[in-house]
Amino acid sequence: MSKIEDWIEKNTFHHSQFFDQKELLKQKEKTGLTISLCIPTLNEEVTIGKEIVILRSELMERYPLVDEIAVIDSGSTDKTLEVAAAFGADTYFAGDILPEEGHKRGKGENLWKAIHQLKGDIICYVDADIKNIHPRFVYGLVAPLLYREEISYVKAFYDRPLAFSQGIRPSGGGRVTEILVRPLFSLFYPELTGLIQPLSGEYAVRRHVLERLPFPIGYGVETSHILDVYKEWGMEAFGQTDLDQRVHRNQETLSLGKMSFGILQSFLGRMEKMGMEGQLPEMHNILRQFQANDQHYEQVCHEIIEEERRPMIEVEGYRKKMGY
Amino acid sequence: MPIDLKNLLDAMPELSAQLQELREILLANAVMFGEIPSPTYGEGGRVRFMQDRLIEAGCLNVSTDEVGNAVGIHPGQSSSASHILLVSHLDTPFSNSVDHTVKVHTNDMEGPGILDNSLGLAAIASLPSILEKLGIKLQSNLVLMGSSRSLGRGDIEGIRFFLERNLLPIRAGIVVEGGTLGRLSYSSLGMHRGVVTVNLPHNYDFSRFGATGAIPVLNRIVTQILGIPIPREPATSIILGSLDGGTTYNTVAELAQLRFEIRSEQVGMVGEISDQIDEICDEVGASTGMEITHEQVARRHNGGIAYGHPMVKTARGILESLDIKARPAPTTGELAALIEKEIPGITLGLTKGNRRHQFDEQVEIEPMFTGLAQLIVMLQAIDGGLCDVED
Repeated sequence: MSKIEDWIEKNTFHHSQFFDQKELLKQKEKTGLTISLCIPTLNEEVTIGKEIVILRSELMERYPLVDEIAVIDSGSTDKTLEVAAAFGADTYFAGDILPEEGHKRGKGENLWKAIHQLKGDIICYVDADIKNIHPRFVYGLVAPLLYREEISYVKAFYDRPLAFSQGIRPSGGGRVTEILVRPLFSLFYPELTGLIQPLSGEYAVRRHVLERLPFPIGYGVETSHILDVYKEWGMEAFGQTDLDQRVHRNQETLSLGKMSFGILQSFLGRMEKMGMEGQLPEMHNILRQFQANDQHYEQVCHEIIEEERRPMIEVEGYRKKMGY
Repeated sequence: MPIDLKNLLDAMPELSAQLQELREILLANAVMFGEIPSPTYGEGGRVRFMQDRLIEAGCLNVSTDEVGNAVGIHPGQSSSASHILLVSHLDTPFSNSVDHTVKVHTNDMEGPGILDNSLGLAAIASLPSILEKLGIKLQSNLVLMGSSRSLGRGDIEGIRFFLERNLLPIRAGIVVEGGTLGRLSYSSLGMHRGVVTVNLPHNYDFSRFGATGAIPVLNRIVTQILGIPIPREPATSIILGSLDGGTTYNTVAELAQLRFEIRSEQVGMVGEISDQIDEICDEVGASTGMEITHEQVARRHNGGIAYGHPMVKTARGILESLDIKARPAPTTGELAALIEKEIPGITLGLTKGNRRHQFDEQVEIEPMFTGLAQLIVMLQAIDGGLCDVED
């Protein structure tokens, strides 16, 4: 078994492993850790109410697995904060947190300021646009941290359906993951291809790791986290949990372009910091994708060698034929 | 200490306020039931969820049966306890392919089936946790049930199956519906739900005078049904629910169907009208050469407890003290099965709602807590013997 396969085997979970929340609560009490849930928002009044109701009822009232639920908002112009507060969430405008640091608009800003505002030893981030919200989105991510001390950063992955006007169709990873991030990781950091959906917006992280990470405020936050955690704590610090389906708004191609641009900036910036600028390391020629067999995930490796031909004008036979 | 209705009623505003504090439990269950598709005969997902909730809440004998009911017992304090049945139907008229997302706004929720009857199910599934948190202990066992196969062709098969085979002595039953707060059903309407099918026979003679296929023939039947005299009092109606026939523009329809329902408050009236429809079908069939059938898919008989029954009086008293106008209305739902088994029962609604059976069915949040308080006080009254008929 290769190193990556070994990691996938040991550090990939399925939310159903942790469905017994009573047991999970006992484990939480055993560790003495506290857990905060952060929902970053910007104009999410349509979905935020349900998300708060479900998560509060299931994770605070029924089994007090989560110690606080906070909505951190970038400056919504709709009723996001009003709805969230009506259902009992703590609500904050990111600009009011650490005002001396100024206010920047972006999801990463909210995530970063949450570290200062929230009290938990573990912070779980869950996006606000999940239509099929379920408590598994939280306990599935937090549980590996409660059971495995060496894991510090747990990412979600999904059998992600994209909502279309005709209904719902299943899909693999996100489009930006498959056409940008996975090829980049395959080229430069093959171990990181073990992460099935590196860009997913849901993850649970230990405070001592979070407080040591820089936060791009835009699209690059997930990518840069992965590279920084990998560099500092290695692959063993990661875990990932299959949360089954996540139904969310589908993004337009133009938005995906912006996202890719932000991710590339973060990625290349990290390469520079790691001293890889100008002297590219050996690029691997195996592209690693995934296929799922029930709850077993295996990598499918494709050797892709992009061979290149010189300009025809440099070819002797051609020059001869053409009388050059 | 003997239970006194006045004390219960006096405590209701406080109870309603306490329930508001626990609202996430009810709302979350309503959302989670609402997002599990549950067409009639396909209620499995909701059955599993209901069982999970009842098991987690410490209910006993949590089980399902051949027809797919979900049942559990919330034990009472008394060892020789009687049993009070609380039931909501699990099925909805929406198919699996419908988007079942529930939206939660500040004052209301919307989604297919949220009013009829995700909210009713949520109330029953939440009840053990709510009673525990409120410190309310009943002497009676509560039999908590999500009943299957209720709507349409389901013909309340779930609760009928349960009551036919159940060995527990049921003292009284409450059918819990999402809407509407103030609803008070204590009697069953006579009802016949039928399908008339017009079929083109294989040897149908297209050259025969007036031979135009199944649709005009069904139209003739519809016209004659509309001509059946209907008494205004006691209230009687024939609802023509749906028409279906043919396949395209330019091919004579080989098949046409009418689905309808007859309802009447008068004993025997439904049977009479159904017989007349049989005669119409026979006559039209004979004169057109079509194969015409009239199939009964569901039937209820008239019955119920009296307006002056202590259970109805108590329910009226509760609504009155809440300043809600009681809306007595006979039903064709689960209550009919209780009536058939001579178990005293009523149907109560929990909140205000709109657009029943539309994709954007809606329930108001605020009145739910009053509705739930009404239900709990009703249970306390039954439990305390206030709804028993004196010998």
